[in-house]
Amino acid sequence: MSVSLGCQCLLHRFRQWLAARERRSNTTVDEETARLKTAAKTVQAELQKRADSATGDARAVLEATAMMAADPMLLKSANALIVAGTSAERAVWEAGAQVADMLRGLGGYMAERTQDVLDVRSRVVAELRGQPAPGIPTADHPFVLAAEDLAPADTATLNPERVLALITSSGGPQSHTAILARALGLPAVVAARGVEDIEDGTEVFVDGAAGTVLTGPGDVERTAAVIWAEQARSLGTYSGTCTTTDGHRVPLLANVGAGADARKAAEAGAEGVGLLRTEFCFLDRDTEPTVAEQSAAYRQVFDAFPDGKVVVRTLDAGADKPLPFLTDASEPNPALGVRGYRTELSTPGVVDRQLKAIAEAADGATTDIWVMAPMISTAEEARRFADSCAAAGLKVPGVMVEVPSAALTSRTILQHVNFASIGTNDLTQYVMAADRQLGPLAALNDPWQPAVLELIRLTVAGADAARGETDHDAQDGAGGDKSVGVCGEAAADPALAVVLVGLGVQSLSMSSRALAAVAAVIGSVSLADAQELAEKALAAPTALEARAAVRAGLPILETLGL
Amino acid sequence: MIERKATVASRVGLHARPAAIFAEAAGELPVEVTIALEGSPADEAMDASSILSLMSLGAEHGNVVVLRSEDDGAGDALDSLVRILETDHDA
Repeated sequence: MSVSLGCQCLLHRFRQWLAARERRSNTTVDEETARLKTAAKTVQAELQKRADSATGDARAVLEATAMMAADPMLLKSANALIVAGTSAERAVWEAGAQVADMLRGLGGYMAERTQDVLDVRSRVVAELRGQPAPGIPTADHPFVLAAEDLAPADTATLNPERVLALITSSGGPQSHTAILARALGLPAVVAARGVEDIEDGTEVFVDGAAGTVLTGPGDVERTAAVIWAEQARSLGTYSGTCTTTDGHRVPLLANVGAGADARKAAEAGAEGVGLLRTEFCFLDRDTEPTVAEQSAAYRQVFDAFPDGKVVVRTLDAGADKPLPFLTDASEPNPALGVRGYRTELSTPGVVDRQLKAIAEAADGATTDIWVMAPMISTAEEARRFADSCAAAGLKVPGVMVEVPSAALTSRTILQHVNFASIGTNDLTQYVMAADRQLGPLAALNDPWQPAVLELIRLTVAGADAARGETDHDAQDGAGGDKSVGVCGEAAADPALAVVLVGLGVQSLSMSSRALAAVAAVIGSVSLADAQELAEKALAAPTALEARAAVRAGLPILETLGL
Repeated sequence: MIERKATVASRVGLHARPAAIFAEAAGELPVEVTIALEGSPADEAMDASSILSLMSLGAEHGNVVVLRSEDDGAGDALDSLVRILETDHDA
């Protein structure tokens, strides 16, 4: 979300930055290895002290972590790097990375220890530099969080009451930091150069709309911050209905991860769930959850929307969401690997058991339940998934459109399934061939890119054609009707949401926080206006020009401070 | 060089807490001890005092491991480590 915020706050460093080839300078090998040993022992003693004050499992984990800090294997490989001319900081950094890779490759319990090793490594580096230990800081006042990038695991420890804004030196608009910022409704600037040079405690002004970070803000910035805070409050909550000025309805749904999430979305006015990420049942586990366990978890989400729709996405493991019992961590290119629906190739049966659990949860629920598979590339995969849904007794099968091939062949894909939901984050990453985690590629990783907008247009056109072809067939009254929705982060960008509506997208699913802003902006235009803006976006030669042209046609964005 | 064999008694195998207990004991000995799974080459043996090495060894409950030391007078030391391995620390 594009918002600005000025803040009188401390800035905390979260992750460390290390020059790629930091060399040893003015010290001998012996001095440098001694420095490392002392730092490692200090960290070990600190962690042991924490272990002593803990009890039970937490104590055992901390004790093991303390031992890792001065582990002979870790220090031995680090010392070898020091001999080769590397600084102690860089040496322990690289040695820790090697150990982490090895543990990740072992999978299961060992893979879960990867984070412990990386945490220990960060502590040793901080000790060597005489800095405070890293980690999401615990300040008793709100602050701006500065980081290299945030990992999915960080979301659990981040307190939105304390964090005012996020600024990162790495990551693109679809990195976890950006997604997290949108989910929390926080201003964020990603891939911001120079973030690592800002001193702790510096007062900064973060303008999420302009993508700028300013140190030493003046009166103008302070006033802007106060105004934004007021606007954010006055935008209020979503009324539960989104219509254009001429009465065209656009259902706004929420992306949720579990029962509690779904209840929050219902409170925020969402008309249903457009994307239920079922991974929450599976992550952090060594084995597949039972059908009964899954069914109980899904039922909680259905019960949050007794009169609404819930679109369940089957397990999307792989790439940035590895699962020890499903995915192969050693793939050279996980984004192009066995992920999403493709895990059926290597581990058949998981999807069928999941569909069975969804059907069991659906039994007796009044919710309108749709099911879709992630990472579908061909009509044949769509047909197989539709067959599996039918076998499980699930009436509305659909697919995610994330792979460009699915966008290009949506007509034949939608001959087999009832609906499509475009995942703009992965679709952008794949069509632009740009890893969504990489800061330097942020400009490519932009859903306003002409190629992305064109693929969305083609998906809708293919769906229209498929609908025409199936009109004569006796459909058994199942929902879907070859509709195309968007459940990627693009739907949460109010300006882009208008373009999507103009392109013929029928429903939008986003984080609950974005509902009010998206509804307000869509409510300011007619369907014809939206179509005209979509034409302008499609005609623009660059992402920047597309965004500028559409924003110029939506004066309400300025009014609302979006 | 002397060696001893031991069967891993911990039900969770040689990781987590049992590995920490074992690595700590090995680190306190005056001799260097290596550990390997039975049947694996001696030159792939790992430092017994490294918890990270033990974790990568991946010895499960019931696996037989070989402890070795270059110091022929380390018999008692190896015996003490065998006793630790053959105790179920999760019991």
